[in-house]
Amino acid sequence: MYSAKVMDHFANPRNVGEIENADGIGEVGNPKCGDIMKMFLKIDGSVITDVKFKTFGCGAAIATSSIATEMIKGKSIDDALKLTNKAVVEALDGLPPVKLHCSVLAEQAVKAALADYYRRQGVDPEPIVGKLEEDCHACSCDL
Amino acid sequence: MSRTIYVDNAATTPVSKPVLDAMTPYFCEAYGNPSSIFYSVGAAAGAALAAAREKAAAALGCEAAELFFTSCGSEADNWAIKGTARKFARHGKKHLITSSIEHHAVLHSMQALEREGFEVTYLPVDAEGFVSPADVEAAIRPDTALVTIMFANNEIGTIQPIEEIGDICRRHGVWFHTDAVQAVGAVPIDCHALPIDMLSLSAHKFNGPKGVGALYIRKGILPLNFMDGGGQERGRRAGTENVAGIVGLAAALEIAVNGLSEKRTHLAEMRDYVLTHLRGMPQVKINGTLDGGKRLPNNVNASFTAAEGESLLLMLDMRGICASSGSACASGSLDPSHVLLAIGLPHEIAHCSLRISFGVQNTMEDARAVCAALDEIVPAVRARSPLWHESNGSFI
Repeated sequence: MYSAKVMDHFANPRNVGEIENADGIGEVGNPKCGDIMKMFLKIDGSVITDVKFKTFGCGAAIATSSIATEMIKGKSIDDALKLTNKAVVEALDGLPPVKLHCSVLAEQAVKAALADYYRRQGVDPEPIVGKLEEDCHACSCDL
Repeated sequence: MSRTIYVDNAATTPVSKPVLDAMTPYFCEAYGNPSSIFYSVGAAAGAALAAAREKAAAALGCEAAELFFTSCGSEADNWAIKGTARKFARHGKKHLITSSIEHHAVLHSMQALEREGFEVTYLPVDAEGFVSPADVEAAIRPDTALVTIMFANNEIGTIQPIEEIGDICRRHGVWFHTDAVQAVGAVPIDCHALPIDMLSLSAHKFNGPKGVGALYIRKGILPLNFMDGGGQERGRRAGTENVAGIVGLAAALEIAVNGLSEKRTHLAEMRDYVLTHLRGMPQVKINGTLDGGKRLPNNVNASFTAAEGESLLLMLDMRGICASSGSACASGSLDPSHVLLAIGLPHEIAHCSLRISFGVQNTMEDARAVCAALDEIVPAVRARSPLWHESNGSFI
């Protein structure tokens, strides 16, 4: 069963929705695997001023997306880039082992949105954001 | 917190009060070993065991001598399949036939036998989950040892053409086993009237206790023993009998079978109310057949486009409703149900599925509450989903 924190974020997800004219949009996962996360960022200078998400997936997928948006909202891009799946798991008071891949997706969704932001600025995102998986490999990552 | 509405009766059912009352004396009073027949407490247990066997056999339309108690439905399946396979392997027959939508007790037994060198044919099913009897006949070979096809599916409720399949097996001289764990106590079954050689059942699916099942083995059919040890169950299944559990199984089976006609009507009324409601909701696909006579009377299974199943389940639970997304046996795995994939659902639709299974304790009020909850929950889950487009109410 999920922690109370996970259930809180599942029952009352923070920052659900879309941002019109977002500065960066990231989508990770695959409906075939049962998880897809879409993250929308509004960026002013080097600060993430707003963030919204939409997620197709299980309770853990909703909760990791929700808490990830809370963890990067109002933060600098540099801080957001430091968000790890481990930090997401800890912030949720843990996840069942079979659901750990959802935290990987949340980290990847943030990075994908930032990569999209840089691309729109005409900047190659790879040296800054790192290499992103094009498809969801979480199902075979043996977490 | 609202009251709990338990609609996951295909997973398990509550033990009914008369069943519990029937079992109670066999824990602390008539606690004897039923094999210890030379003193009173043992003899009392032995008599209870014999009476339970007679009662259960009468409910199933077989002789008491054809009924063997086991620890669960899975053990009955393992015994029938492995005991038959290993017996015929001695005569060079190492081919087995089953379907692709069986319970894991059957599928994983088959996979274990494949690792031992057996060859298994997994028959496909159509979009409603039916096995074709013609496919069974075409798959039978001179070295086929066993055909095993489930009576009714635990996820989508499809009832197989058991009589036709059994007739084919009999014509070809191949033993026929059926996993009837979901069917016993839900649809009429007369073992002697049907061309079935072995049939598995489990008490906790019909308001009996967990931890007790049975295998019907037609007279003259002798699979190898599965559980070696003492001479219990006429030397064919070792282990001191679970007397209280067996008494409970027999009591529950008798109640279910005696009241079967009313039970089926009651269950089907709730099932059909929900199915009709779901068919009126946008972008919902009913899984399994719409022919009520060929569907378990308590089973509802549907896919809600763009709304993931576990999210639906958690939201139902927040409203006190206990249901299932696909098969509970598969929880812990990320893959959607093998049954839903076998009926041709794409992965992304199979992930959006919910099973609701009614029991005798449910009421029409429960059925209405489930529908009202789904009316709220499905749009709420879809509103969070990037796959759902509110403007045109459709899936991308």
